[in-house]
Amino acid sequence: MTSPVIVAESLRKSYGQIRALESLDLCAQEGTVLALLGPNGAGKTTAVRILTTLIKPDGGRALVAGLDVAKQGREVRSRIGATGQFAAVDEDLTGDENLRMFAQLYHLSDATAKRRSKELLATFDLSPAATRLVKTYSGGMRRRLDLAASLIMSPPIIFLDEPTTGLDPRGRLTVYAVINDLIAAGTTILLTTQYLEEADQLAHQVVVIDRGRVIATGTSDELKAQVGGERLDVTLTQGGDLSSAMRTLAPHSSGAIRTDVERRHLSVPVTHGPERLAAIVRDLDAAGVIVVDLALRRPSLDDVFLSLTGRSAADREPANAAAPSRVGS
Amino acid sequence: MIAEQPLTRLELAPRVHAHPYWVAADTFVLARRQLRRILRVPDELVTSTLQPVLFVVLFRYIFGGAIAVRGTSYVNFLVAGILVQAVILGSAFTGIGIATDLQRGLVDRFRALPMAKSAVLSGRILADLVRSICILIIVWLTGLLVGFRPADSPTAWLAAIGLLLLGSLMFSWFSALVGLLLSSVEAVQQAFIVWALPLMFASSALVPTSTMPTWLQPFVNNQPVSLLIDAIRGLVLGHPDVAATWQAVVWCVGLLAIFVPVAVWAYGRRTAR
Repeated sequence: MTSPVIVAESLRKSYGQIRALESLDLCAQEGTVLALLGPNGAGKTTAVRILTTLIKPDGGRALVAGLDVAKQGREVRSRIGATGQFAAVDEDLTGDENLRMFAQLYHLSDATAKRRSKELLATFDLSPAATRLVKTYSGGMRRRLDLAASLIMSPPIIFLDEPTTGLDPRGRLTVYAVINDLIAAGTTILLTTQYLEEADQLAHQVVVIDRGRVIATGTSDELKAQVGGERLDVTLTQGGDLSSAMRTLAPHSSGAIRTDVERRHLSVPVTHGPERLAAIVRDLDAAGVIVVDLALRRPSLDDVFLSLTGRSAADREPANAAAPSRVGS
Repeated sequence: MIAEQPLTRLELAPRVHAHPYWVAADTFVLARRQLRRILRVPDELVTSTLQPVLFVVLFRYIFGGAIAVRGTSYVNFLVAGILVQAVILGSAFTGIGIATDLQRGLVDRFRALPMAKSAVLSGRILADLVRSICILIIVWLTGLLVGFRPADSPTAWLAAIGLLLLGSLMFSWFSALVGLLLSSVEAVQQAFIVWALPLMFASSALVPTSTMPTWLQPFVNNQPVSLLIDAIRGLVLGHPDVAATWQAVVWCVGLLAIFVPVAVWAYGRRTAR
């Protein structure tokens, strides 16, 4: 039996002329992970800041644990943990001092604060660095400490704003492991990310947002189905015949092939890519198309964006205006 | 390599107390944080102590011969002025520190905690008050070394220190307010020069105000920094200036009554972005 724990209804927020959120709707069920997927400036952080009571929306409503974030901020704050994009810890204190300070500010007794800090430092692989000043920590260690600080009270609901941005692969794995522990413990999590792969790996439900509104929602499998499976990226030799390559690849494609004339590059959506790869290579060979690079990859946020909005995640304008070199077929 | 021990759920519930208890408790937690930093990163303490100490020594020997002060030596005249200047200089770090915490996102974390909101400001200011006491003692001792001879009345000294701390409190709250209103640490530093230098120097701190141009005198004689200096000078030299003293107290208390609520309001508003 599940029930919605994080709900947003037509949330709006503007900063002067800039509309950060146009109209955002979200719903995360208890004990699940919801990923907000979108490029920089899509409104992810604004949404998290509203849901964690840091800012008030201009319109719409947000409920966390059934409480109105705009009116019952204090009650909401005692039920959530939140980690921002930048490690919000005190650089001039040690890791242990940071956690104990935050625990005391959660109104735990000194003894409990001390014990909890020790536990969290061990969990996050920071025990050896417990008495070192945070300014001597690596970026990954800071993020882990920051994450530890938001888990002091074992909150049932956690918000993670781009928890892996700026982390090395090892730091990323630690964060994934912690998130999986939290899921196992029944925590409801809302995380934001720019990586489809990350949403795929961690989230039950993915909400793609762009310019402050939801443009797609579903499980990551549903999204990938929408994008059309894997991508085959083909780069031709100097002077290679783009149109003959296109003709050869068209029968294998499950959707529109994107081409980049300048870079002699084709991006082909394919289903069952690994099985078809051999046949594709044979056909290219038979057609006399010489390839310098051929790679099968999983769809990225950019692919999701192109298929949903017709423009790249980084572009501010529709594809035909901003990226003239890309021609749909 | 990952998660050496699984994450445990915390069973103990937070302690329950009335709100005023938490305002005080949270203030102490954050003041302790601040004092640790002051000891660990002594740059702030050194900067805010060095300048007043240099001023005492330099002005005593540079101007000491040129400036005649009625009824006492120049160094005796000077120390009260430098003590107040030291308090103002020290308050600069209140605003800079708050702007830094805002910039680093630490204030966001504090705000997401179920703690007393005002404690983020009051904790820092309490710690800054402790730092002010250290600075004042060092400046006082430096004065003694170069010939400062206060009147022999410990009660008056205590009154002077009390007044200095009241002033310190007032300037720290103002500085906190500036730190909350401006957008960057650099802007806060620039602003300090604009508001603090005129108050510090167009005052009775370094020279008798009778030597200044007549058009400037009404401002110089009545601005709160001068009144504070006159009151403290009177107390330490054994001829209390009753009028200046109560005017200084009224100024400080009155301005605090404005700065404290406005700063708390600005704190709520500033982070609401």
